[in-house]
Amino acid sequence: MTAVQEKAAGEVPLRDTPAPDRRRWRRAVTGWAFAAPFTVLFVVFSALPVVAALVLSLTDLRSTDLRNPFAVNFVGFDNYTKLFSDELFLKSAGNTLIFVLVGVPLTMVIALAAATGLNSGLLRFKALFRVGFYLPAVTSIVAIAVIWRFLLDPEAGLLNNLLSLIGIDGPNWLGDSSTALPSLIAMSAWRNFGFLMVIFLAGLQGIPGDLYEAATIDGAGRWQQFRSITLPLLRPTLLFGAVVTGIGYLQLFEEPFVMTQGGPLNSTLSVSYHIYNQFGFGNYGYAAAASYVLFVAIVGLSVLQFRLLGSRED
Amino acid sequence: MTTASLGTTTRSKDGVAKIILYAVLVLGLLVVVGPFLWMVLSSFKPEADIRSVPPTWWPETFTLGNYRDLFARLDFPQYFFNSALVAALVTAGNLLFCSMLGYALAKLSFPGRKTLFLLVLGMLMVPGMATFVPQFVLVSNLGMANSYAGLILPFLAGPFGVFLMRQFLQSIPDDLIEAARVDGAGEWRIFFRIVLPLCKPALATLGILTFLSSWNNFLWPLVVATTEDKYTLPVALALYSVGQNQTFYGLLLAGAVVVVVPVLIVFLVLQRHFLRGIATTGLK
Repeated sequence: MTAVQEKAAGEVPLRDTPAPDRRRWRRAVTGWAFAAPFTVLFVVFSALPVVAALVLSLTDLRSTDLRNPFAVNFVGFDNYTKLFSDELFLKSAGNTLIFVLVGVPLTMVIALAAATGLNSGLLRFKALFRVGFYLPAVTSIVAIAVIWRFLLDPEAGLLNNLLSLIGIDGPNWLGDSSTALPSLIAMSAWRNFGFLMVIFLAGLQGIPGDLYEAATIDGAGRWQQFRSITLPLLRPTLLFGAVVTGIGYLQLFEEPFVMTQGGPLNSTLSVSYHIYNQFGFGNYGYAAAASYVLFVAIVGLSVLQFRLLGSRED
Repeated sequence: MTTASLGTTTRSKDGVAKIILYAVLVLGLLVVVGPFLWMVLSSFKPEADIRSVPPTWWPETFTLGNYRDLFARLDFPQYFFNSALVAALVTAGNLLFCSMLGYALAKLSFPGRKTLFLLVLGMLMVPGMATFVPQFVLVSNLGMANSYAGLILPFLAGPFGVFLMRQFLQSIPDDLIEAARVDGAGEWRIFFRIVLPLCKPALATLGILTFLSSWNNFLWPLVVATTEDKYTLPVALALYSVGQNQTFYGLLLAGAVVVVVPVLIVFLVLQRHFLRGIATTGLK
């Protein structure tokens, strides 16, 4: 239509300003030229595997079939039914659930306490504390595992030697099935609270100081101010922190891999570790099904947490 | 109660609060940083002293033996090279590709733009554990198992980088780009000469975050690297420490120091930038 109008007006397009159709075409080409490298890599290596995981979970693909795709059968939801009657999977799901349910609140409380302390007007050398507390979060989990295996060593370890000073005979933290999972939870809280602390600190600094001043004039104590000003205003940040930490803990793998190899007696076997093991045994279809269950759990957790914490605000 | 006495009580109350605050935070700092100090110090101790009961802090006999063993017994220079190469290429790729797509999404109009952005946003949610099996099947079918390509390619295009760059690029005024277009500059020239230099803060944040996550990445290289010459540092250290060699604690500690120290230097030099990036983007 525009072309007709232009002709009617008798305009001769200049050499440097192409007709709208051509210009739109050129804009599309330029846009996609910028988008193409990322998009190709992204689709091939990330988006496609998400779809492939679903298809894979409906097959009996094994590592030995990789060179002979015709040997693969579609088995429907067999892998999923197998999954929920697999004692090891149920055990790993239970362990992962405990890890999330205890680990998330623990990490958040420590992070919030640290952030509140660092936000206090009384404190100097804030950068020192901030950097120190953040340090474990930038450290490779493998290096952290090396350190913590020494800390938790029943004989030569620092922790049990400190406990013996006050007359307590410390347990074999990682070697006992009743203390191994709690040890990993404590280690994860130690490692991850600094990351949350930085986010909470940014949230705290976004709360206007006037509110606290007004509350002080009204005679509200520190604790009262924390409960009626800080916590409500920080709710979106806390929610975000809970979701991110929960998602991270649901995927628990590295900690048990480097600290306990899932033991003792599978007490630290996580869902991710179970997937990794099944993958290692060559059960690709089964491992993909377990991955999808984890994926759904992660999406579910995000939705649930948004519902629970979000609704209170209304 | 007179105003004067009110003033002194608040001041002394503040003093007590200050002491408690410092005590708690310093104790916390010891609990967090102490183990790192112990790691570094112990890596200079002979084997027997590391396992001494009760544990000691300072090395009584200072030795570089653990580090010498690291290079004599294990192929540490190779692992270090692998880690550095992978992290450098992954970082460079992400900086370029994510900023290109970020620019396209924020400043160019083309068909499919919205769909592409939604796809990228959706993928932010997908956990690595959910896709690694098909990713591995794909990579090994492409003949890239146990290769640098297999270690690098799946990480070159991360959705988080696009999100970060797009958010940042939207804050750059359109007029600036429009003016350059009027002056006759092509889109590539505008991108490299005008847009990228303005993006330095965002690029720095993305660069540090990508480098760190690549350097510390564990599951993927563990699965893809099957021969020692392709191991990255964390993989080598983990396989060495969960294997039969659990008695060589000195070696493990020295290895951990080699893994941690480069990151530590990057982090300490750029921490101001880094922590601000974390706080504003809210992502690792």
